[in-house]
Amino acid sequence: MKPRQIIDHIVLILGCLFMVLPVWIALTSSTHSAETLFREGLQLWFGDQFVENYRAVLLEQGGVTKTSTALRMLFNSLILGLGFAVGKIVISMLAAYAIVYFRFKMAEFLFWIIFLTLLLPLEVRIVPSYAVVAQLGLLNTYTGLIVPLIASATGTFFFRQFFKSVPDELLEAARIDGAGPIRFFIDILLPLSKTMMAAIFIIMFVTGWNQYLWPLIMTTDDSMYTIVIGIKQAFQVLYEGGELPRVQEAFALTILAVLPPVLVVLFFQRWFVRGLLESEK
Amino acid sequence: MKRVQFSGTPLPYFFVLPQIAIVIVFFLWPAAQAVYKSFLLEDAWGLTSQFVWFRNYEDMVLDADWVNTAVFTVIFSMIIAFASLAIALTLAVRANDILRGASTYKTLLIWTYAVAPAVAGLIGNLLFNPLIGSMTHLLHALGWEFDRASNGFDAAFMISLIAVWKQVSVNFIFFLAGLQGISKSVQEAAILDCRSRSKRFWTITFPLLAPTTFFLLVINMTYAFFDTFGIIDTTTRGAPGGSTQTLVYKVYTDGFIGADLGGSSAQSVVLLLMVLVLTAFQFRFIERKVHY
Repeated sequence: MKPRQIIDHIVLILGCLFMVLPVWIALTSSTHSAETLFREGLQLWFGDQFVENYRAVLLEQGGVTKTSTALRMLFNSLILGLGFAVGKIVISMLAAYAIVYFRFKMAEFLFWIIFLTLLLPLEVRIVPSYAVVAQLGLLNTYTGLIVPLIASATGTFFFRQFFKSVPDELLEAARIDGAGPIRFFIDILLPLSKTMMAAIFIIMFVTGWNQYLWPLIMTTDDSMYTIVIGIKQAFQVLYEGGELPRVQEAFALTILAVLPPVLVVLFFQRWFVRGLLESEK
Repeated sequence: MKRVQFSGTPLPYFFVLPQIAIVIVFFLWPAAQAVYKSFLLEDAWGLTSQFVWFRNYEDMVLDADWVNTAVFTVIFSMIIAFASLAIALTLAVRANDILRGASTYKTLLIWTYAVAPAVAGLIGNLLFNPLIGSMTHLLHALGWEFDRASNGFDAAFMISLIAVWKQVSVNFIFFLAGLQGISKSVQEAAILDCRSRSKRFWTITFPLLAPTTFFLLVINMTYAFFDTFGIIDTTTRGAPGGSTQTLVYKVYTDGFIGADLGGSSAQSVVLLLMVLVLTAFQFRFIERKVHY
């Protein structure tokens, strides 16, 4: 190997260590007792408390999860991730289909309305959004958690771009064969969009799972907390002081919070990268 | 648009209805409320309110706290954007060049995309814990009396490092795609013309990547403005003394914890204008130049 290549590998290995080490330390430290961590510092290798720590976090109330359990939080996160991804794909595909494949009066105007959402991230309308959801009686519900998040324009842009790249001849042929708009959508467009749907699903699942600000303000009931909000709660429990902080449980909670989305990204890496590149275009 | 389209049916209205309804109820209406509230002065219980024109904006601009927060946010964003772009580009160039192990490196470098900012925040927080944190021990061993609880610079260093860590993966993916998009013939011609690798990078590769870099700059600024909320909320919460508070964090604390609706709304409107500028920038300069 040439010296230049060796330097390349050294730089890449350092980069990988930078990315992996923090989570590795969280993983290994989550298998020790709080006493060990406070006596000897964070650990680089596994201890013998794996089962105890993860059982406490997943199944038992108290500790860093307070009156909820990580299992409950994981379930809520799963609902949010799936609901967000599916909801977004459904409404944005329908809207994009209407805008690309139909000639109707308000098409342009409606497209611009959808575009406006890009200018209005949650952070700029946070207090009034909370008020709207409260007035509709949707605080602490899955509907209130998911629906306000799924309207943004990214999905619509993504499918609009893709539909525009579908050859016109397909529609011409379908119409000659007597297919109407719904038939064309179901029999032709949907099968063609499979890969795109999978790619955007991966991205949106991860995005939904990782939502922070919205669940933070609209879930006040512990049983509705997602795992990411559980992280915030663990943070508060740790810094309230009192007995020996249960750092090992906090680490276990972070591992549980990152594991599902990380597995999804690793398992569907090709689709994930494609979805990311296409959706940000 | 398509040459052939369906027409003369009410179907498209039904198809766009769900999205438009959600946009109106949860985007346009709250945003209009934010703008309206920014001109009101409410008493602490929200019972009476008074139209005060730009009073809230005046108060905001004259508030040293807000000015410091704005300055911090801008510097913080630029540091995060610059550092994460530089790290990602360095890694992407090398991952693109090497022959063996490239896919392993790629996997190890992109998975952090899936880590939520709040989770990154808590892990980073514990790594910098004054008693047990490995990073604190390391920095002390290097002679840096790291103290995030009372030193604003140290606290800012911590959250910047966490924010950069979280953002490298996205930049890496886009840079790698950009590098792979440079045609083989250009690369071969470059190798013939110019033997020095670093010169080749700066005179040929980097300019060809400019559209990607430009686009990523906007993405990173947006990230640093908005998505770092979760990191700050699980590490410093703006402490010590508001020195690590971003504009978004201040909107949240003033609006939800301080219950200053007018002031918080005025700050929201300023953020809205910033998003407008960033988005306009992105569409004006980037749509045209990016060649994927």
